[in-house]
Amino acid sequence: MKTFKTGGIHPPEQKLTSGKAVEVMPLPPELAVSMSQHLGKPAKPVVKVGDEVGKGQLIGTADGFISANVHAPTSGKIRAVKPHPHPGGQYSMTVFITPDGLDKWQEGLNTPEIDWKTLSKEEILRRITDAGVVGMGGAGFPSGVKLSPPKDKTIDTVILNGAECEPFLTADHRVMVEEPEAIVKGLEIITHLFQGKARAVIGIESNKPDAVAALKKHAEPKGIEIVTLETKYPQGAEKQLIDAITGRTVNEGELPFDKGCLVHNIGTAVAIFDAVCRNRPLIDRVVTVSGMEIRSARNIRVLVGTKFSEIAAFCGSMTEKTNQVITGGPMMGKAQFSLDVPVTKTTSGILFINNIGLEKSGEKTCIRCSRCISACPQNLQPWLLANTAQLRDFESIELYGMSNCTECGSCSYVCPSKRELVHWIRFAKTLAGKRKQRQSA
Amino acid sequence: MEPLKLKVSYAPFVRSKDSIESVMYNVAAALLPATLVSVYFFGWRTLLVTAVAIVSSICFEWAIDKIRKKPSEYLDGSALVTGQLLALNVPSGLPLWMIIMGAFVAIVVAKHLFGGLGFNIFNPALVARVFLLISFPAAMTEWQVPFSVDMQTAASPLGILKTDGLQALADFNMLDAFYGIRPGSLGETSILALLPGAGWLLYKKYITWHIPVTFIGATMLFTGIFHLLDPLSYASPLFHLLTGGLVLGAFFMATDMVTSPLSLRGQIIFGIGCGVLTAIIRLWGGYPEGVSFAILIMNALVPLLDRWDVSEIKAKKQQSVKAV
Repeated sequence: MKTFKTGGIHPPEQKLTSGKAVEVMPLPPELAVSMSQHLGKPAKPVVKVGDEVGKGQLIGTADGFISANVHAPTSGKIRAVKPHPHPGGQYSMTVFITPDGLDKWQEGLNTPEIDWKTLSKEEILRRITDAGVVGMGGAGFPSGVKLSPPKDKTIDTVILNGAECEPFLTADHRVMVEEPEAIVKGLEIITHLFQGKARAVIGIESNKPDAVAALKKHAEPKGIEIVTLETKYPQGAEKQLIDAITGRTVNEGELPFDKGCLVHNIGTAVAIFDAVCRNRPLIDRVVTVSGMEIRSARNIRVLVGTKFSEIAAFCGSMTEKTNQVITGGPMMGKAQFSLDVPVTKTTSGILFINNIGLEKSGEKTCIRCSRCISACPQNLQPWLLANTAQLRDFESIELYGMSNCTECGSCSYVCPSKRELVHWIRFAKTLAGKRKQRQSA
Repeated sequence: MEPLKLKVSYAPFVRSKDSIESVMYNVAAALLPATLVSVYFFGWRTLLVTAVAIVSSICFEWAIDKIRKKPSEYLDGSALVTGQLLALNVPSGLPLWMIIMGAFVAIVVAKHLFGGLGFNIFNPALVARVFLLISFPAAMTEWQVPFSVDMQTAASPLGILKTDGLQALADFNMLDAFYGIRPGSLGETSILALLPGAGWLLYKKYITWHIPVTFIGATMLFTGIFHLLDPLSYASPLFHLLTGGLVLGAFFMATDMVTSPLSLRGQIIFGIGCGVLTAIIRLWGGYPEGVSFAILIMNALVPLLDRWDVSEIKAKKQQSVKAV
């Protein structure tokens, strides 16, 4: 079984929902569609209060090169356009839609499936960009941009990331089991953009044998390789996945295309298929609702803009012991301060947990056990980076390889002293970045 | 409904179950067979020695936490392990006030004057042992003969080797030494009782093989070379393995996380250094036993070994920046 070379950890998998088929969540009474659902500049709202919109209608347009379109997830009336809490932790411009209940598609969208081979490459790229497709694994990098690497780079390997190494999350797993045809077609479209010569691989962790079987059946006849990966965190991190599948190392300052690789998420492949063959913009996604404190953990297909409070109610509500709500996985996710935040294109999971024990333990002094060093998949010295960050020595920390840290959190996970190692590294990255901005200004 | 109180903190939101406490209590448990076997060999006074060492270590830890106005951490297990190791390193007949003094040196001088857990350069229990050995050389070398009723004492095999030479050890039995039937400190004699604990720590990954294997290997290789050159005056490497505190030191003292190097390369150099120094002291030094001194000397080199790794990382990065 393949895996990456250095480090890695085995947190308890906690895949409570891996056997639960995706359910479609009913239309909520209001949708709060954020204009920043992607990496880069927020989209510019193009609707005003009182406008009637059809399902799939453009409501926010990409602002600049790294940005993405946003569409109305259902038909209805614009109630407000104002800043609103965002799962990233900030307030962002948000379009509020009161659904009319008809859920009526705008003219020309959601058309019967066509064969992508009839379309030119430019048309395929245009459709992907217009549909607002972004990386659905978490970072939300606009897919149209990712699919147009600089001319001098040759892509010889296209990888679909089905590792889903974060504990609890099963959204990609369920999509792989339930929609293998769409995934395969999405991947074929991507490889077609690179002359169809690139090696196409889907990497799946060994704890999802049903996903491996489903994809083998549909992908192997099309010449797509299925690689079973060892169940180890962070197998699904871009650099680790490339290492596991191709043996190539993406060094500091390099991007995957420097090593001839392109990595896309499973959900993104489906979104690309929908956008290209069915003219369907990205307006919904599969979300894992899980954690020990939600009464009915499940996988749901939910419209972008649905508030977390609605989802909690749909999943049997949370227990009184809930003290943290996390978007994403427990290793790299973000804690929420409000349940008013909406689902975005990058929300892979919502976890309801009780972390009172962890909170009480607090940071203790380093006992030099060197576990963080052996856990680090990037071959760094997390203790050194954290110590240097605490000293605010932003010059040395750069020399210790700070920018090579992928913030996977393995170091904090293994630390017996419960030091917030990855937090201190993130802290230093933020402050060092601000300092650089000030110096250049 | 009561308003929801959500706690915002940083990822990751799951942590491994390991803690300082779990590490320390596992080490204490791993040392338990050696402690129990010492009762069998040397009688009930060993329990008193162990209890006094542990209780006084924990008391000093509690007191110094109070004086330093630190949150009380006397029950985190580190003082327990220090006390337990101290007891395993002294003869069973040692006066109790000396043990209390040893605990003071270990906890207050060797540990907290250097900054407390995580900051001490030298292994606290070993500093205490060496302090006692230098201050009270007679009391610290009165090794009780196993199963003796009247606390009869004798020189340890290494002591005999140092003073009387190899000929005096004609009736030395390797298997008896492996079981622990020989004069010596509480915990060092029975290799058999130390091995399950060592195996447990390796299995639980609280220690890695690097330090113990290089330490023991270097001692045996070094003494083995001289044994081959002159078998009449130099004891065999097996003798050196089974006597003294080599196994106790290699698996339980040199592997102390706080006072050993972080990188594998550093650990291997550290282990080899400990092994060679032990052999040199045993063969030509003034003391019959060199394990404690060897580990303490190598402890002093740990910051240097760690800095070597750090400066290498720095140099590599500076080079790559220049290349760009």
